[in-house]
Amino acid sequence: MDSFVAMYLRLNASGWGNEGVQSLLSLRGIRKEFPGCLANDDVDLDVLPGQIHALLGENGAGKSTLVKMIYGILRPDGGEMLWNGTPVTIDTPSTARALGIGMVFQHFSLFEALTVAENISLGIPKELAGPGLNDRIVEISKFYGLPLDPTREVHSLSVGERQRIEIVRCLLQNPKLLIMDEPTSVLTPQEANKLFETLERLASEGVSILYISHRLEEIRKLCHKATILRLGRVVSDCDPSLETARSLAEMMMGGDLNLAERRQGTAAGPVLFEVSRLSCQPEDPFGVPLKDISFALREGEILGVAGLAGNGQKELMGMLSGETLSDSPGMITMGDVAVGSLGPRRRRALGLGFVPEERLGHGAVPDMMLWENGFLSAMQGQNLMSKGFIKVAKTVGFTRAVVNRFNVKTAGVEHNASSLSGGNLQKFIVGREIEQNPSVLIVLQPTWGVDAGSATAIHQELMDMAANGAAVLVISQDLDELFAVSDRIAVMCEGSLSRATPVSDTTVEQIGLLMGGLQDPERIAAGLAI
Amino acid sequence: MRIEARTEISQPMIYMAPVLAIALTMLAGMVLFWVMGHDPLVSLYTFFVAPVNNLDGIAELMIKATPLVIIGIGLSFGFRANVWNIGAEGQLTIGAIAGGVLALVFYEVDSLFLLPGMIIVAALGGMAWAAIPAFLKTRYNANEILTSLMLTYVALLILSMLIHGPLKDPDGMNFPESRMLHDAALLPILIEDTRLHAGVFLALAAVATAWVILGRHIIGFQIKVIGMAPRAASFAGFDQRKIIWLSFMFAGAASGIAGISEIAGPLGQIVPTISPGYGFTAIIVAFVGRLHPVGILMAGLLMALSYLGGENAQIEMNMPNAVTGVFQGMLLFFLLACDVLIKFRLRFK
Repeated sequence: MDSFVAMYLRLNASGWGNEGVQSLLSLRGIRKEFPGCLANDDVDLDVLPGQIHALLGENGAGKSTLVKMIYGILRPDGGEMLWNGTPVTIDTPSTARALGIGMVFQHFSLFEALTVAENISLGIPKELAGPGLNDRIVEISKFYGLPLDPTREVHSLSVGERQRIEIVRCLLQNPKLLIMDEPTSVLTPQEANKLFETLERLASEGVSILYISHRLEEIRKLCHKATILRLGRVVSDCDPSLETARSLAEMMMGGDLNLAERRQGTAAGPVLFEVSRLSCQPEDPFGVPLKDISFALREGEILGVAGLAGNGQKELMGMLSGETLSDSPGMITMGDVAVGSLGPRRRRALGLGFVPEERLGHGAVPDMMLWENGFLSAMQGQNLMSKGFIKVAKTVGFTRAVVNRFNVKTAGVEHNASSLSGGNLQKFIVGREIEQNPSVLIVLQPTWGVDAGSATAIHQELMDMAANGAAVLVISQDLDELFAVSDRIAVMCEGSLSRATPVSDTTVEQIGLLMGGLQDPERIAAGLAI
Repeated sequence: MRIEARTEISQPMIYMAPVLAIALTMLAGMVLFWVMGHDPLVSLYTFFVAPVNNLDGIAELMIKATPLVIIGIGLSFGFRANVWNIGAEGQLTIGAIAGGVLALVFYEVDSLFLLPGMIIVAALGGMAWAAIPAFLKTRYNANEILTSLMLTYVALLILSMLIHGPLKDPDGMNFPESRMLHDAALLPILIEDTRLHAGVFLALAAVATAWVILGRHIIGFQIKVIGMAPRAASFAGFDQRKIIWLSFMFAGAASGIAGISEIAGPLGQIVPTISPGYGFTAIIVAFVGRLHPVGILMAGLLMALSYLGGENAQIEMNMPNAVTGVFQGMLLFFLLACDVLIKFRLRFK
């Protein structure tokens, strides 16, 4: 039987290559300008067949813009693209796919109520979606170590499994170039290692991979070559395995990296924020029910909550911020006040600050100016209103202070929030809350998509807040981040929260296993003090 | 043929769309006139220029534009917040009845407070009628498009019942009309020998108020945030129900005021047909004006012109009454088509 995999291998055999061979994709002098900002200027890039090529840069350095042009979502203003040495114009994603370019986005576009196979068939050409699709999905997913059951419905899958759907969808189309945008930000360390095996296997078969990540250690391990962008220009091409994470970060920043200083365990003060026996059934049919969650947040401490996305973090965040009200007011208390039935404005008035996960459309209004977005959460605390009228000058002043303090790259506070790169907007949203000096700060994914230098700055600000007596809750999937800032750490899995353990008593591996849902009592008794 | 989302949306084109739509409407109108056997250029002149080439014509234009602008402004708040109040016509009718009844109750009473009182009562009447869909929406999550639209027909039947019964002029030879309002209950005439009344100031005040509320006030800010990003509104802690209520109240008040400015203006009495569909046309006005106060002012004048042009075309060219509706429909159609083509493109295979 002429299996699909064998066919796949034959098709890719022509793409084998070593140094000195024809580049698969070459960019020459690519330029892209947005109003008020030159996103890419004179960018040259050569991706060789079978190479894993890292694209590095700070937020706003132009990485996303560049890959969007390669994938046909944006059009360059100047320069040319060569595919196997022939000039090409890629004006739509379908053109890109026809050439053999696949892309796995940071955000998946999947329908929760449909099965894996149905979702895959929606995103590929009709010719491929015909009968036998299920078999091909199974075949390809087994071959590349991406186990996937085509008949499962998406809402029952973990984020890691959802990512596999996107990858398999690309692989079905025999890509010669696979673009991956921050693929490991949603994975446990164990899942990430599996993904690396898959990518290495693909590369060994001649598929090129353009890899974007802020995790420099994994780039050092995985990638053959790195191109570093700064302010839209290529500043360096290097072999990442010969560099250190620090030297890579410094190339991206063009300066020295100051690592956040770990505070030495300050004596925790009185409880500022407490959750006791919080349960809730979400309105969203695919939401995660919260089960009996309890924790106390003390003055001067940072509590980290680890867990893979989709284990109830969003639902918990909604309850803590007051966007969802709890069944009984006493489930959440701030100091002596039961706040469970108070909305976000009332909780802010009591000194709560919070940063939701979604930047565009939740933490900020994309089509509103930056200063209007400053007003959004600071209107009460900063006294930006008088008799219902917006104090524009004062709001602009507040917003400028946030932009300057957190080094947000923007052409000005009168530009729309959507004009900022993802990481820059994240800095703005986190900064907007920190600048208000809340006594309790709750952040979901504080440095999601933020570059190393800025992430360090945000970590430092969070730790300074705690040192000055605030209570901080950080909910994140990034274990390095949690271990860098937290005093205690707890794990969220399927809507339950484990008891918090001091960071010094646990390890990344142990937390990683708990995140993956490991509940083997023997193992826990043997090694994990949870 | 397929429709694909454009990757980059041109910002200037969003504001050019109404201008393009007007040009296309005129072009299509010329073709229409030509097919019907009229000289296209002469027809266009008859429709768009002749009605306003004298003072009287300009006064009539402003009279027609007044209710359209007032209602358009009122509706624009809700439309920005994704509250789809389609029932302005009914709110106008109830407001007009309420204000008109006050004038009839105080018939022949010569007081400076009567006219302002009528305006306030009319606004309250419109708000009361708008409160029904607002309540059904916030309490039972009933679709406001259906409830507000259906209530329009209820309002028109209430008007019909009253005008054939208790409100009928006792000396009116059984015609279904109220008494003529006395002078103290009428909006003053601004230019002698025309019908131009002080209601235009109400329209201008509405434009200015809306400008301030949308630009600088927390209510306008909340409306914009809810419309653009509902989850950001809940992050900020804005109460969506409150905004639904406010949107309906703004529209109800505006529609009621527009209704009384007809009764106390050009009509001078309560009649079986208070408005030739201003409440519906104002929806087009709001969207052609891009929900912006100044845009709505311009769009109101344009729509008013289509009414006058339609009347003129009936008189001069023997066109049917439907020609007004055809032009308004074409304008909305072309505007929506331009909007679609600005955001999407067609691909042929």
